Amino acid sequence: MKDFIIKEFKQIFRDYRSMIILFGIPIAQVMLFGFALTLDLNDAHFAVLDQAKDEHSRKIIEKMDASSYFILDRNLNSREEIQKVFEGGVVREVLVFKPGFSENLDKTASTELQIITDASDPNTANMMLNYTQAIISNYEQSLLLAHGKQVLIIPETQFKYNENLKSVFMFVPGVITIILMLVSAMMTSISIAREKEMGTMEVLLVSPIKPIEIVIGKVMPYLLLSFVNFLLILGLAFTVFKMPMDGNMLLLMAEALLYILMALSLGILISTVSNSQQTAMLLSMFALLLPTILLSGFIFPIENMPSILIYLSHIMPSKWFIIIIKDVMLKGAGLKEVWFPTSIILFQTVLFISLSIKKFKIRLQ
Amino acid sequence: MRVIRYIIQKEFKQIFRNRMMLPIIFVMPVIQLIVLSYTATFEIKEVRLGVVDMDQSYSSRELVSKFQGSPFFKLVNFSFSIAELEKEMQKGDLQQIVVIPQNFEAAINKGENPKIQIITDAVNGSAASLMTYYTSSIVMDYNRQILMEKQPLLTATTGIRTPYQFWYNPELDYKNYMVPGILVLLVTMIGAFLSGMNIVREKEIGTIEQLNVTPIRKYEFIIGKLLPFWIIAMFDLAFGLIIAKLIFGIYILGSVWLVFAVAAIYLLAVLGLGLFVSTITETQQQAMFLAWFFMVIFIMLSGLFTPTESMPIWAQWLNTINPITYFMRFMRQVILKGSSIMEVMDEIISITVYATSMLSLAVWRYRKVN
Amino acid sequence: MEIAISVKNMVKKFGDFVANDHLNFEVYQGEIFGFLGANGAGKTTAIKILCGISSPSSGELMVAGYNIYKNRDKVKKSIGYMSQKFSLYDDLSIAENIEFYGGIYGLSRQIIKQKTAEYIHELALESYEKMRVIDLPLGIKQKLAFSVAVIHQPKIVFLDEPTSGVDPITRRQFWEMIYREAANGTTVFVTTHYMDEAEYCNRVSIMVDGRIEALGTPSELKNQYSASSMEEVFIHLARKATRID
Repeated sequence: MKDFIIKEFKQIFRDYRSMIILFGIPIAQVMLFGFALTLDLNDAHFAVLDQAKDEHSRKIIEKMDASSYFILDRNLNSREEIQKVFEGGVVREVLVFKPGFSENLDKTASTELQIITDASDPNTANMMLNYTQAIISNYEQSLLLAHGKQVLIIPETQFKYNENLKSVFMFVPGVITIILMLVSAMMTSISIAREKEMGTMEVLLVSPIKPIEIVIGKVMPYLLLSFVNFLLILGLAFTVFKMPMDGNMLLLMAEALLYILMALSLGILISTVSNSQQTAMLLSMFALLLPTILLSGFIFPIENMPSILIYLSHIMPSKWFIIIIKDVMLKGAGLKEVWFPTSIILFQTVLFISLSIKKFKIRLQ
Repeated sequence: MRVIRYIIQKEFKQIFRNRMMLPIIFVMPVIQLIVLSYTATFEIKEVRLGVVDMDQSYSSRELVSKFQGSPFFKLVNFSFSIAELEKEMQKGDLQQIVVIPQNFEAAINKGENPKIQIITDAVNGSAASLMTYYTSSIVMDYNRQILMEKQPLLTATTGIRTPYQFWYNPELDYKNYMVPGILVLLVTMIGAFLSGMNIVREKEIGTIEQLNVTPIRKYEFIIGKLLPFWIIAMFDLAFGLIIAKLIFGIYILGSVWLVFAVAAIYLLAVLGLGLFVSTITETQQQAMFLAWFFMVIFIMLSGLFTPTESMPIWAQWLNTINPITYFMRFMRQVILKGSSIMEVMDEIISITVYATSMLSLAVWRYRKVN
Repeated sequence: MEIAISVKNMVKKFGDFVANDHLNFEVYQGEIFGFLGANGAGKTTAIKILCGISSPSSGELMVAGYNIYKNRDKVKKSIGYMSQKFSLYDDLSIAENIEFYGGIYGLSRQIIKQKTAEYIHELALESYEKMRVIDLPLGIKQKLAFSVAVIHQPKIVFLDEPTSGVDPITRRQFWEMIYREAANGTTVFVTTHYMDEAEYCNRVSIMVDGRIEALGTPSELKNQYSASSMEEVFIHLARKATRID
């Protein structure tokens, strides 16, 4: 038994390329998600068709350009050019000031500023519109204030659990969930499928080692690897991204172990139904990875999906694990608060193990 | 040429014989396209809102009714205790809490600036800022209403109306944006993974040696190996475009021929990448990992989910060597905006350069003799 | 006699490890040449170099009358190879494997058809015809692999441990096939570690630790080492080996 586990370890660690990737992917992903992927607007290029060229239009353009959200790309001379710049793909918003913009505002107290956005990326378009309108309202308010004292309702905003609105708080739990799934389920399924493909599985099966020992031997190294990966990402989250840890560290670790076990048993299940490494990989990719990313609320909020997908998300272990991590880390939840998701993952682990055993027995007969 | 035909024939037989490969190549992408397109939206509606109204005045009720009337919010709880609602927020039942303080109306009447408190669950930072934006605009709207009632003359001086237009996608349907992106993802994965793993598989099984002693030429082998996956990926693209049209009503605004022509070149780059991975790996497991490693980074950086312009400079630099970025931009431009060949020339050139260099690198690395 | 393979001072190094240490030998056209050696002696390395899928570190090589560096393609048309690893495609049927390799060697469709019928008849594979190779018994797979390796009627065929793991009857049948092939004028270059098979060869060489220690007809070698069988000769020589696989 011990020798067998040692053999598995040797096989994995000897292959330095896999090792680099096993530890490289998590780090690269956390860094990417943490730094590169912001859902926030940042330096969006806008163009201006300023037919007024007067005080207020200039000031509004200046304010836009000065904000961190926008960057003035160019001035247009005619309406026809709008389509051209959009088709070029860099400019995403055009502001149209009609002639007499300031005059209308100052004299008739009413003027118009047209905002045209390239909505082929609807999310960005919507954000740009919101931020532009916010900048204009601000400008309006400053004009108002200049006119004398006014009643202004001042909203005091408070962001709970994530004061600086870092997207990384959202992504770290997601990345942990994906990596653990990838390393545990995908690796195990492929490694077992490999033994099947190479014919070495049969050698193991006829040896005096019990099937359960084979499985444990296969699974142990990945359990360890996954756990090390978990600690690695957590370390990065604390040091690089200053993520808080409001809950109990031991609880979080225990939950992670449970989740890893679930993923491993899922990997074993996949390996029992696939006939080659290639199919094991593709199955893992389509059946595990995409749902883990999409239906777990990692990037996209589940609430807005069609109801059938919402139901589907309930059977995704990743969804429940993300809830657990967030609640424990950011909200300081204890076992009392997260018992429900925990018991779902526990149930799934048991389910996958018993299904694999059943499949395995049928194969042996 | 005959030799190439025999290899291609053999590859297709092997692919189609594997009972699990067929659904993976043809059914999975469809499911992926449909499911992904429906899941991938950042849209926020029906924010679960809790209200603490300590003032219980006409004004405060007016403000609350504004929230009730908005499609963005769904009032789920009234309470007099902030702590109680905060607890619900911790459980995840509430996303935002609006607190109206006791002398809200009095302050308005006295001409002071009353404060209200907005507490937002900010675990999802970008959603939080969007929710706060919606809240502020409702408050601002109400503010304007008060001003109109109190000082009708003054308020009239500040009216910048901002009529807006959303071009190319007036309904702001996120699916329009995702479908071309996912198509890119599909052909990329099929191309890179299947081709890379296929060659390594021959290495692992040992048949590659048998092939290497035959007089088969390097270019014959490479063409014979890559062409089947090129065909499958092109087929998947066509299939995906049809589904996009039938299910999502998204059709190519620009030239269909342009899409397929550039896809054909792009696939060469992807297949070259797969071939390259296969030359530096010995087992399928390694090949898969390596392909994964590149793919995960490339896909995330490509602008599939988040705009590339918002990324930090180093990420944008990385993106210059990311083939997916170019193709992603190209597909969205041509499909959604109908850009003509001139407008996407930069992308086409980049893809062509990429394909040429990646393929040459891979062919150069591929050795029959060691 | 016409020389099929000529090897002069061939050396192959992997870093510091010398897999082939100055090999010198010649193989004549039409003979069955046994290339013997213990596991790890360097047989497979040498055979891969002779087939052109591995390059030697130094030395002069002529295979089928061509210099292997300059005329790799011509050499490849004139040789066949059956590797130690299984060389047929598991997921294709017998006929499909024959068709594929025949096609690669540029045989016409008609000849491929004819060969397929011939092989199926000769190897009595009628009942296996539709089966995928993975489901065939090992002995049949090996015989089929051999047939496929000579499908283009090469001048030389290299066989790397073709009979390992098969039963004595199949081994006998396999050697009958080898004899038939040699009778047609094909040179057979075969590695094995069954010493009884060594007796079937016209000439044998014995490799120990990357060097050729003995070369001659089986009877010459038995006389030289005053042994009663090739097995004794081999054990005598192999005892000196320091390398263990």
